[in-house]
Amino acid sequence: MKLDAKIPEGPIQEKWENHKASVKLVNPANRRKYHVIIVGSGLAGASAAATLAEQGYNVSCFCYQDSPRRAHSIAAQGGINAAKNYHSDGDSVYRLFYDTVKGGDFRAREANVYRLAQESVNIIDQCVAQGVPFAREYGGYLANRSFGGAQVSRTFYARGQTGQQLLLGAYSALSRQIGLGQVKMYNRHEMLDLVLVDGHAKGIIARNLVTGEVERWSGDAVVLATGGYGNVFFLSTNAQGCNVTAAYRAYKRGAGFANPCYTQIHPTCIPQHGDQQSKLTLMSESLRNDGRVWVPKRAEDCQKNPNIIAEQDRDYYLERKYPSFGNLAPRDISSRAAKEACDDGRSIAHGGQGVYLDFSDAINRLGESVIRERYGNLFEMYERITGDNAYKTPMKIYPAVHYTMGGLWVDYNLMSNVPGLFVLGEANFSDHGANRLGASALMQGLADGYFVLPNTLPDYLARVGAGRPSVNSEPFNQAEASVKGRMDKLMSIQGKRSARSFHMELGKIMWEYCGMARNEAGLKKALERIPALREEFWQDVRVPGQKEGLNPELERAGRVADFLEFAEMMCYDALDRDESCGGHFRTEHQTDDGEAKRDDERFAHVSVWEHTGEGARPEKHVEPLHYEEVHFATRSYK
Amino acid sequence: MKLHLKIWRQNSATEKGAFERYTLSDVSADASFLEMLDILNEQLIAENKDPVAFDHDCREGICGMCSLTINGVPHGPERATTACQLHMRHFKDGETIVIEPWRAKPFPVTKDLVVDRTPFDSVMQAGGFVSVRTGASPEANATPVPKPIAEYAMDAAACIGCGACVAACKNASAMLFVGAKVSHLNSLPQGKPEKDRRVVAMVEAMDSAGFGNCRNYAECEAVCPKEISLDVIAQMNRDYASAKIKQFFAPAES
Ligand SMILES: Cc1cc2nc3c(=O)[nH]c(=O)nc-3n(C[C@H](O)[C@H](O)[C@H](O)COP(=O)(O)OP(=O)(O)OC[C@H]3O[C@@H](n4cnc5c(N)ncnc54)[C@H](O)[C@@H]3O)c2cc1C
Ligand code: FES
Repeated sequence: MKLDAKIPEGPIQEKWENHKASVKLVNPANRRKYHVIIVGSGLAGASAAATLAEQGYNVSCFCYQDSPRRAHSIAAQGGINAAKNYHSDGDSVYRLFYDTVKGGDFRAREANVYRLAQESVNIIDQCVAQGVPFAREYGGYLANRSFGGAQVSRTFYARGQTGQQLLLGAYSALSRQIGLGQVKMYNRHEMLDLVLVDGHAKGIIARNLVTGEVERWSGDAVVLATGGYGNVFFLSTNAQGCNVTAAYRAYKRGAGFANPCYTQIHPTCIPQHGDQQSKLTLMSESLRNDGRVWVPKRAEDCQKNPNIIAEQDRDYYLERKYPSFGNLAPRDISSRAAKEACDDGRSIAHGGQGVYLDFSDAINRLGESVIRERYGNLFEMYERITGDNAYKTPMKIYPAVHYTMGGLWVDYNLMSNVPGLFVLGEANFSDHGANRLGASALMQGLADGYFVLPNTLPDYLARVGAGRPSVNSEPFNQAEASVKGRMDKLMSIQGKRSARSFHMELGKIMWEYCGMARNEAGLKKALERIPALREEFWQDVRVPGQKEGLNPELERAGRVADFLEFAEMMCYDALDRDESCGGHFRTEHQTDDGEAKRDDERFAHVSVWEHTGEGARPEKHVEPLHYEEVHFATRSYK
Repeated sequence: MKLHLKIWRQNSATEKGAFERYTLSDVSADASFLEMLDILNEQLIAENKDPVAFDHDCREGICGMCSLTINGVPHGPERATTACQLHMRHFKDGETIVIEPWRAKPFPVTKDLVVDRTPFDSVMQAGGFVSVRTGASPEANATPVPKPIAEYAMDAAACIGCGACVAACKNASAMLFVGAKVSHLNSLPQGKPEKDRRVVAMVEAMDSAGFGNCRNYAECEAVCPKEISLDVIAQMNRDYASAKIKQFFAPAES
């Protein structure tokens, strides 16, 4: 596997401009000769589809929901970062870049992050022009708030529904192009394989989820914007359908998978209520602007009504440990601190998993109406789920799987090592290193789709020329046969256990051994148990119904089957990365006060895994990370 | 809790459907409504029966995918709550719950509780956007938007496109959905230049998709999980009338 990051020459501030000026272009009259397949209609996919279509390319866009507007980006709550410096509080492109590299614990590719920070300001302009109703101040200008890992106010938001509003903006741009006939939209389609012709990505195999038909689609290039794989843990804040299938199928066709072990555990989610639970619900990080996190100092106080526990008996552990960032310490650090407090016997919820997020000080200071205006819908959601009123009693929260920094490896152009296969948004690995800062995923998805891909994809297209292959060619026959064969096999087992029960079991293994804290012994145990579970799955799963027509259980079984393979790669990666960094915390590697201890000598690189055959250990390749602009430092938020 | 369920089963759009009865025991009061259906489906799979198909994704009330009529009411009994955010503590032990798909002609049943809502997308494609190319936008703070207008636009933009409004309406009217988008975009300075064209195009698309007329039953507002107000329909009607008058006097334009 050849990994060339293709980082442009020159000073970091000029790389992107220089690169844009040097790439090949496709002349407007020729653009309609090209067909681009985009899988995914979230922020990354929808923005890319709309922009490429505006430029004159033919686009086919696929999503598994019944409408592109329902992609999982819709659920993002808190906000989107941009270096506008509207608060004149010292923000700049450089500072956003620096915060992101540092937040990622020096495991992200510098040049990509700088470009992201540069494009951040254009995103806000674009979204406002589309009619995204961002929050505003009384003067009519845009409002900002702060998010974790930053000491400036650079987060733009639309109440607690920022992702929804940004996605509806991208969806409206996409809808316009669908209406104009420039994009063909295929809802309720699931990509099940990638088709390579002469080593280039030239098509996909997708199942029409309504008719059950397996279909072939060819294009001049394939773009995956299929989101993250957090659901490998079964319980996460992701939507039910979020999957690794598209990315994993591409991996099996030769695309490198980068840093799969980097997962983000979000500190503020509603704790699990019991075994019947199907998902965990996030309480936006923005709440930490006004909420204070604490547990009782003494274990015996944990069952008491929190409102009667005296101030001096409370441990505001984030403020205590990280005085300069306090409750806005980055996610990985806040999550681990919560786990530490609970492991210390001071959990305030059942099952040893819960801490308080308390708004009483903010309510006393600002009044309930201000808090209601800022977070009303979040408080309502909390009450709906838990039955508790957070204006009167502190919220109970606990960390949960939320985001995956790992993903398919891409170069500076967002192209994977498979020519013609581009990967955007959460599905790629590039910008967040080992830990993503809050409000940066929306920024990355939209930067990739609106501003990066539309400048880099044409270069590839111009080099290879137009001419998508016939869907009747041999590679399509072969890929379709393999998809159908797998489906037949799933349907024919007719064992005793549901796919969901296997998914739950896998999730428990992953949470236990590859979750918030990992170590060699645990990962080795997981690497024994996952293949055993996978084997059992292929002997004993029961998929009811038919292949024809809508069959949600068949969809689920296919996704779980991929998670069962992918989980193993994750554990290999976590075991191999014998250091702690960001969200990857190896208990063997910590400082005296329990912080992550990196090993820059051995691990300042991207680990990229290559598929080597069914059930075989994948092969590791390395992209070294060179830092020219920022220097390695121990991350400190004290 | 123990529950009796009466659920609409229908194999495909072209086949006839009917209710079937099921009984569930040991459902936690903390489980969500959809988790209750998960439990039912696990039970059905164990009995070698076909599980109930239903739409869902985010399970936090924002994607608009879930679409269940519960005891005759779209999204069930709780105010401002989608089916996925409804919890079993709002039902009684031993209760019988009737679960049906959205019942509306423009939304035919695909299977069991799953319906086809693509007509909503068609309406959006007709005009639910601001025609701005990527990159053609001015500096975001160049046009201040008064806070009350931004708030009003946001109230309307909160629509999740679930279709409960259509399902609740005897006429299967989509005026609340379309009105919300028109009000959101038409009230903002960025949406003004296309104001007339937008409302006319969207209303025409809505009519041709087979949605019925609004007769002010207000059932839509009552079931809307995002509490979109009937005001958006009034604004749409106003904008539509004004656009039509302008069209009448200046037929060449728009
Ligand atoms: C609850 C929650 C809150 C969040 N809040 C914030 C926040 O405040 N700020 C922030 O910056 N980030 C936030 N994030 C993260 C952020 O929302 C996501 O990382 C981002 O939206 C991902 O966008 P995407 O376009 O890459 O993928 P997605 O939005 O997940 O879209 C994936 C698309 O791919 C399609 N797809 C997937 N698999 C297939 C397949 N096999 N075949 C066909 N189609 C497929 C889906 O249909 C969908 O259209 C939040 C995440 C969660 C879960
Ligand atoms: S499942 Fe998303 S709104 Fe109910």
